Amino acid sequence: MKLLEANGIYGGYGGADILKGATVQVDQDEIVVIVGPNGAGKSTMMKAVFGLLHVRQGEVLYKGKPITNGKPEQMVRLGVAYVPQEKNVFPSLTVEENLEMGAFLIRGDIRPRKEKVYEVFPKLRERRKQQAGLMSGGERQMVAMGRALMIDPQLLMLDEPTAGLSPRLIDETFERIIRIRDLGIGVLMVEQNAKQALAIADRGYVLATGTNRYEDTGPNLLANREVAEMFLGG
Amino acid sequence: MDLLIDLIQLSVYGVVLGSVLALGAIGVSMIFGILRFAHFAHGDLMTIGAYVGLSFIMITDAPIWWALPAGMLGAALTALVVDQAVYKHIRRTQPVILLISSFGMALVLRSIVQIVWGPSVQSYPTGIQRPWWVWEIAIVPTHIWIILATIVIVTALHLFLTRTRIGKAMRAMSDNMDLALVTGIPAERVVMITWLIGGALAAGAGVLLGIDSRLTPTMGWNILLPVFAAAILGGIGRPYGAIAGGLVIGLAMEISTLFLEPSYKPAVAFVIMVAVLIVRPQGIFKGAL
Repeated sequence: MKLLEANGIYGGYGGADILKGATVQVDQDEIVVIVGPNGAGKSTMMKAVFGLLHVRQGEVLYKGKPITNGKPEQMVRLGVAYVPQEKNVFPSLTVEENLEMGAFLIRGDIRPRKEKVYEVFPKLRERRKQQAGLMSGGERQMVAMGRALMIDPQLLMLDEPTAGLSPRLIDETFERIIRIRDLGIGVLMVEQNAKQALAIADRGYVLATGTNRYEDTGPNLLANREVAEMFLGG
Repeated sequence: MDLLIDLIQLSVYGVVLGSVLALGAIGVSMIFGILRFAHFAHGDLMTIGAYVGLSFIMITDAPIWWALPAGMLGAALTALVVDQAVYKHIRRTQPVILLISSFGMALVLRSIVQIVWGPSVQSYPTGIQRPWWVWEIAIVPTHIWIILATIVIVTALHLFLTRTRIGKAMRAMSDNMDLALVTGIPAERVVMITWLIGGALAAGAGVLLGIDSRLTPTMGWNILLPVFAAAILGGIGRPYGAIAGGLVIGLAMEISTLFLEPSYKPAVAFVIMVAVLIVRPQGIFKGAL
């Protein structure tokens, strides 16, 4: 049984469907990357899975149970965390408060969770009293991922975690994502830096015009000549 | 020399008025930050608070300052009932519909005050106020109490917003509603608490205004414009900005009487509000507008 399955998803933002039967599956302990051209519906697929837009047809299963069109709050309770591409921190809150908000639904002591996040992102511990809105793009991305990790998720969904980051920070971010996977957390992410993302991915999907074009292991997709020519810029 | 004394004297009045405006503006600002609409019935929540406080001390014969907690409780519950009965059902519509509804709600609340307490002017039994004279400046004891009460309320709010889980969630929702949603913050619960606090602060403003002058069914409505001016000047959606905005508007209104007729005081607030909207619509503290 897969951790998450989204099968044959159709849906959009009220108008014409953007997703036309797209399918994505994620297992525990694996990094799954969705790549594809602009407008392919990559981010839309993430939102559909997380219940942020209406799924008209198709089904989303979490550990085999149907959760199609579930509320985001319900997803968080199930152990699915989502990091949007933009505006993914609370700017007027401190780093520490951002993390606390991540654990809003958790009853009891959240300090061990905070410690765990600080272990993955040691820099956040140093800057914990700083307002998130005053931090650099790379640091904000750490805060956003840290916030998502606070629920101790089984599945972490990342929408373009390296957008706008310098090459050095991109490498660092991918290293962190591998580390998160090694903690036993499934990672589903959308990436523009497709080559690098596929290089660390266990599996990848190439999405175009709302449907699956290719799916394979990361290295195989990278080695695929058609994929390289059409979607990875040669 | 005389001018300096006048200036200091008016500044004292300005801080008193500013305290009242600040308490009102914090609520307006928080409600805008979280619900994205300008709450026009806020002035009438102040009025309700002032009258509930008055009735409480009249009925129980309690000391006058008990009006404050009683009025705050009354207006907080009123705000919550209004939200659950009216605003909740139109939350997902356009902001302008909410704005017009709140205008209607303002009329409803004011009429309720007139029906329950009558249209005539009433006042708190403050007794005769002997001013203390500090170097030719008259300081009325109630003014000191008004400023102290404001400091206590604002400090309590600050602790709530920075130390409690739900207070932090309010700031988070005001920062970024969509992110709050995907984080799993229960929006409806936070909204309800926002109304309770906004209503309580409005009542604080109403009771203090009532103690400083008199109670009329239109007292809150009349002060709504400067309250909005304070909220906008401070940066709408920023409770701390609203405090600064309230003090600036209060001081400007009182000091303007040095060279303008006192009846122009609201106009001064209005001019500042328009100027801020043209020059720096995000306000001092970079609000959401």
